[in-house]
Amino acid sequence: MFENLTDRFEGIVKKIKSKGRLSEEDIDSILRDIRIALLEADVALSVVQDFITNVKQRCLSMELSKSLTPAQQIIKYVNEELTAILGGEQLRISYAPKPPTVILLAGLQGSGKTTTVAKLGRWFKQQGRHPLLVGADLARPAAVEQLRILGSEAGLAVFSEPTDPVSVARRGLEEALRVGRDVVIVDTAGRLSIDQVLMEEVRRVSVAVQPHYTFLVIDAMTGQDAVNTAKAFHETLELDGIILTKVDGDARGGAALSVKQVAGKPIAFVTTGEKINEIETFYPERMASRILGMGDVLSLIEKAEAEVDKQLSAKAMDRLKSGRFTLDDFYDQIQQMKKMGPLQSLVSMLPGMPKEVRNANIDDADITRIEAIITSMTVGEREEPQIINGSRRSRIAKGSGTSVTDVNNLLKQFAEMQKLFKSSGVMGQLMNSSSRKAKKKSKSGKSKR
Amino acid sequence: MIYVLVAVIAVLLILISVGFTSSFKSGKKTLSRRKTSSKEELSSSEHSPGKKVNKLSEESPSESDQAIGKRLPGQETKTEISDNADVAEEVFAGSQESTPAVATGRVNLRDRLSKTGGILSSPLATLRGKGRIDQQVYDQLEEAMILADVGIPTTAKLLDSMRNAVKEKKLSGDASELANYLKDEIAAVLDVGDTELSMEEGPGNVWLLVGVNGVGKTTTIGKLAHSETRSGKKVVLAAGDTFRAAAADQLELWAKKTGADFIKGASGADPSSVIFDAVRHGVAQEADLIIADSAGRLHNKANLMEELKKVRRVAARPPGKLTEVLLVIDATTGQNGLIQARLFTEAVQVTGIVLTKLDGTAKGGIVLAIASELNIPIKLVGVGEGVEDLFPLDREEFAETLIGVSQDNV
Repeated sequence: MFENLTDRFEGIVKKIKSKGRLSEEDIDSILRDIRIALLEADVALSVVQDFITNVKQRCLSMELSKSLTPAQQIIKYVNEELTAILGGEQLRISYAPKPPTVILLAGLQGSGKTTTVAKLGRWFKQQGRHPLLVGADLARPAAVEQLRILGSEAGLAVFSEPTDPVSVARRGLEEALRVGRDVVIVDTAGRLSIDQVLMEEVRRVSVAVQPHYTFLVIDAMTGQDAVNTAKAFHETLELDGIILTKVDGDARGGAALSVKQVAGKPIAFVTTGEKINEIETFYPERMASRILGMGDVLSLIEKAEAEVDKQLSAKAMDRLKSGRFTLDDFYDQIQQMKKMGPLQSLVSMLPGMPKEVRNANIDDADITRIEAIITSMTVGEREEPQIINGSRRSRIAKGSGTSVTDVNNLLKQFAEMQKLFKSSGVMGQLMNSSSRKAKKKSKSGKSKR
Repeated sequence: MIYVLVAVIAVLLILISVGFTSSFKSGKKTLSRRKTSSKEELSSSEHSPGKKVNKLSEESPSESDQAIGKRLPGQETKTEISDNADVAEEVFAGSQESTPAVATGRVNLRDRLSKTGGILSSPLATLRGKGRIDQQVYDQLEEAMILADVGIPTTAKLLDSMRNAVKEKKLSGDASELANYLKDEIAAVLDVGDTELSMEEGPGNVWLLVGVNGVGKTTTIGKLAHSETRSGKKVVLAAGDTFRAAAADQLELWAKKTGADFIKGASGADPSSVIFDAVRHGVAQEADLIIADSAGRLHNKANLMEELKKVRRVAARPPGKLTEVLLVIDATTGQNGLIQARLFTEAVQVTGIVLTKLDGTAKGGIVLAIASELNIPIKLVGVGEGVEDLFPLDREEFAETLIGVSQDNV
């Protein structure tokens, strides 16, 4: 369908890979492709120009490496430059010695501030903190109401009153001190960077609450204007970081590069969906490898570690090893998987997925159908699918509101899956190599934290 | 394919959560091995029967919820109807919004649009210095158009025809000539259809607003309600955004402010049921126009786009007359706007674009790409948060602001 940045780079990479030796013309033509790819990805023009200059300089002064072909070397440069622009470092929240830690969110209209405030609140709650959300967006009709609803869904306290943004923020801070909340997250109204009155207002909000962290919330679909916005907000508020929203769309996300470059501040979080848990801390290296078509396994792993039930997984692991993985286990795994978010977003994080799969319309309704079929089976049938005969099939189909073909399909696929699991080829390999590396991993895992 | 994916992911999850994270490298092998099988699966699943789409019912708006919107928590379709025709404006007290002075569209729009740095400012300076159009002028122009989010293909198209015009001596080195030429070219690109909002005789016209999250759909509806009620029409607002917290409240405030009727469903209700009720109510009350809101959705979410298709079908069913499907696009949107327009049009046959937030520094150049590649006209331009801040598009005027030069100051 549409080429995204990853696909484009994959195309370019393929082109380079097929060459053993590069002339200066080759380099120019590759860089031209990269320039267009970045511009179409909405990376700001000035950032693109710097990027191309840097890569070109390195290409021209390229020393022949023994281990890498010239083509591989260019890819390496591009990767390194991308990572450098995206940050190289990441923002870690350090909590104020004297609580509460105050966080202020600002941005244009419709960038997703209110939703992000609630998501951040939940994130802090998960870190064992006690956030108070302060609704200082009194301009948009029903904005405070929206925050209250989101807050109550996430079990978070919300403070607001219909006075003016500055005093709401101040009173919110007092309220947090009074009831002993250790994190305060202030939502502000959306405003244009050229609206001097409103920019002054948000500055006064900031002065009133003295935030420890000020985040600019910016839509991943933003075009060239991202630079202007970031500049203006940075000048007014001295940003500490950026929150990139709607990353689950198919925008190529060049705004991330631009904003990072202009404000010189790290991207702290990205939000990846409409559910309140769909917020992640941002890792520049991961984003760079995502752009370069290497998937985003680390994010996936982190998400899995947070959401997946370890006991269930250990049980499933045993079953897998002994080759007795049943439909029940399969069902459990689907439940685990659903906790991680829509299938499409999981797929996009997997490395090595072909473009056809990554861009295919993966519909979570298909999963619902699988669940319906499994839950319409008896315990015995789930343990031993072989006993499912014709009449059982039609009963299951009726019970689950699907067709016999659907049931057949599931049984056939599941049987094949079992075969795969049993064959030492796949699982054995996985298991052996993983247990060999398990020790090494636990070490590196610790040092990572 | 879905099975393979589920299996792959399930296995990954198991491995990860039991602590075998580092097995990723070998896991990659597994994945690539499965790749082939997932491709086969892809083709076979296309032919498999029982695809969700076929199951959608044309008849009842609430019966196929399960098949569609995964984000619908419940199936209640209880609808509340409130008649706000007599409710006065002071209900809107919660808002601090400043209502701008009443003024007629034209003059005001030009004032509201940002005048800083049009795309022609630096090319014209160069041109004045040199007296002829050379490569530097082209380069600067290209740069400026990219900065305005016009996008590479449309920029190249415009520059190509400009080169031709220079070659054919239709264009010399005169600054005002170039400004006029570009203004006409841009206006011509935008001239892809009627910019008037269409309505048919009699009650039950429906305008449906769609778009990604946060572009300003609800606010645009409020402004539309204002202008349509003011021109003497009876208007019903339908709170089709049953997903976002407090979206209905936001629209209800607009209904109260503008004196339009307001129809909403329970939170999480099937949006098409709300539209169904709104149309029924509107026709019964002989309302000229039903303006339907919809939840913001990213165009790459298949289930949500299916939900929207159903909303469209329900809105188009007699006695309702669906006369406009307006895609709202934020002026800050970059090249993704083109994809948005393409996918929304494929799903619900967009009839026009509303370009919002044009009062900022963003130029909204993406609408040129949309008009040029998809032939969808911009119909409305939003320039602020007040009820009056919505204007019908004037192509020439838009082109002038985009290039940043009007005739009198060349």
